[in-house]
Amino acid sequence: MSDAAATAAATPLALVTRRFLRHRLALISAGVLVVLAAASLLAPVVEGWLGLDANAVDLFNRLAAPSAAHPLGTDEAGRDVLLRLLYGGRVSLFVGIAAALTAAVLGTTVGLLSGYFGGRLDALFMRLTDGVIALPLLPLLIVLAAIDLQKLGFSAEAAQAENMSLYRIVAIVALVGWTTVARLVRATALSLRERPFVLAARAQGASSCRIMTVHILPNLASPIIVATTLSVGNVILLESVLSFLGLGIQPPLPSWGNLLTNAQELIWDAPALAVYPGLAIFVTVIAFNFVGDGLQDALDPRSLERGKR
Amino acid sequence: MLRFISERLIQSAVVLAVMSFVIFGLIGLMPGDPVDLMISADPDLTSADVAKLREIYGLDRPVAERYGNWLLAVLQGDFGFSRLFAKPVFDILGPALGNTLMLLGISLTLALCIGLPLGIWAAVRPYSVRDYSVNLFAFAGISVPSFWLGLLLIILFAVILGWLPAGGLGTPGMDGWSDKLIYLVLPAASLTLASVGGHTRYMRASMLETLRQDYIRTARAKGLSERRVVLGHALRNALIPVTTIIALDFGTLFSGALITETIFAYPGMGKLTYDAVMGNDFNLALVCLLLATLVTLVGNILADLAYAWLDPRIGFEGKRQ
Repeated sequence: MSDAAATAAATPLALVTRRFLRHRLALISAGVLVVLAAASLLAPVVEGWLGLDANAVDLFNRLAAPSAAHPLGTDEAGRDVLLRLLYGGRVSLFVGIAAALTAAVLGTTVGLLSGYFGGRLDALFMRLTDGVIALPLLPLLIVLAAIDLQKLGFSAEAAQAENMSLYRIVAIVALVGWTTVARLVRATALSLRERPFVLAARAQGASSCRIMTVHILPNLASPIIVATTLSVGNVILLESVLSFLGLGIQPPLPSWGNLLTNAQELIWDAPALAVYPGLAIFVTVIAFNFVGDGLQDALDPRSLERGKR
Repeated sequence: MLRFISERLIQSAVVLAVMSFVIFGLIGLMPGDPVDLMISADPDLTSADVAKLREIYGLDRPVAERYGNWLLAVLQGDFGFSRLFAKPVFDILGPALGNTLMLLGISLTLALCIGLPLGIWAAVRPYSVRDYSVNLFAFAGISVPSFWLGLLLIILFAVILGWLPAGGLGTPGMDGWSDKLIYLVLPAASLTLASVGGHTRYMRASMLETLRQDYIRTARAKGLSERRVVLGHALRNALIPVTTIIALDFGTLFSGALITETIFAYPGMGKLTYDAVMGNDFNLALVCLLLATLVTLVGNILADLAYAWLDPRIGFEGKRQ
């Protein structure tokens, strides 16, 4: 990448930006994500505009068709579908991003230590990674989500707190999702370890910790960013599945997944309810995948050139 | 080669043993234990009775000891009793496994028959409109939540059109293959659509890579038709990594069927696992999870074997010769 940067007389960042902007689908997807995130964050404002309360139950107005007051209609308890969708988006996007970031930090730490120190530590970590990869992901997540937190030493209050299902799902998804990043980071760290600039740093007496964080980590940024972006989509899919099965985000906290649980029960009476949350998940996940794809092409120009030849 | 296989088998056995302990521990952390369930069924039990029951069931022992007893029983072919179904665990697994394998067999075959040709078709004209449309379809396939896809299929074919049943395994009182087949259509379609995107992408990427090789240029220089170049020369090599990935994915597919089976109330391994966990059926949940782990491990071994067998340049030690 440094060669290309020199010939074009532009900073690497400018080059990456230019290449990303050329990827039209990724650009559109990034726009869609920004709009979705903004709409979710502004849910209370929209609530004010419409003059509604997202949790207000209105039993005289159940399963109403879309109208000016309720743009997407109401659900089985007379709550506004659009508002529930926006508040659900907050939860789903938060879980997706938080779990992907936690998994990335975990994976980077494991991969970096493994690749840099090698030897027994590497063997141990890589066996652990192989073990986690060999696990049946979905059944395992279901068991992890069903675990009684009180048996793990949490107090009854903490275990039943409203936001606990939120933190729990971030934790368990991160716990099984770090392997991709760990493998990527380890492979790159392994090759960087022998490069002259690392040897030079060591000769100058830099500590292992400093070499890893200051000299090796910045060179790992691109694969980590790409893998993390791609994993946000996957996490959102996992969260929605678990919530749909009643094991993830617990009502009354809405998430795109648990909105669909109700929808399945009402599928004969109000099939439209099953459409919106799923569509929101679908659009978000495909947008994250396109952005990840675009970032990959932008950060690793070789992949694009190889493709074009 | 024998050495390679035996080494991998031993390795997998170790992973399975470690996993069985981890899963045993995790299941012990699920809410309630068998005695709690008895208490809720019989309010007359005194605390002395409870303590006694815990002792009889060995629940007052440390995890390691309980695990040892369980393992000993399993090695003698005793997988315990299912609370939910009031049957030995082993008797429940057979039919569920059969149902799942039938569903997976149909979906995998369909997904490959659609995904592989589509991937090749796109790779032959990279960066054309055709390629972009196939790519879009594949991206949509890997991004769609499979349970939502299932719900949409139910809405369309069961609620609106009324052509197909929304779930189950067969109409009560009706036997025969045609009836069973009707109930398989929607789950199989949902599972196929959920996995076809991945296959298409793998095939396209692998074919693109292969078409860039020197021997392909040679084949074209000889004046072979494009058809012979792609199907005669490139395909065989492009299929090698795809085969590996399919074997690796089999475990994911097996446990991923859980969602489809639950939505369509299809009595396979996935629904059984879900019901066991939700119903606090510890013995059954344990065996279901171990079986899923076993399938994943076998898939990994098959992937390694297929890779070494299909590409003679790769030895069984995993190094290029």
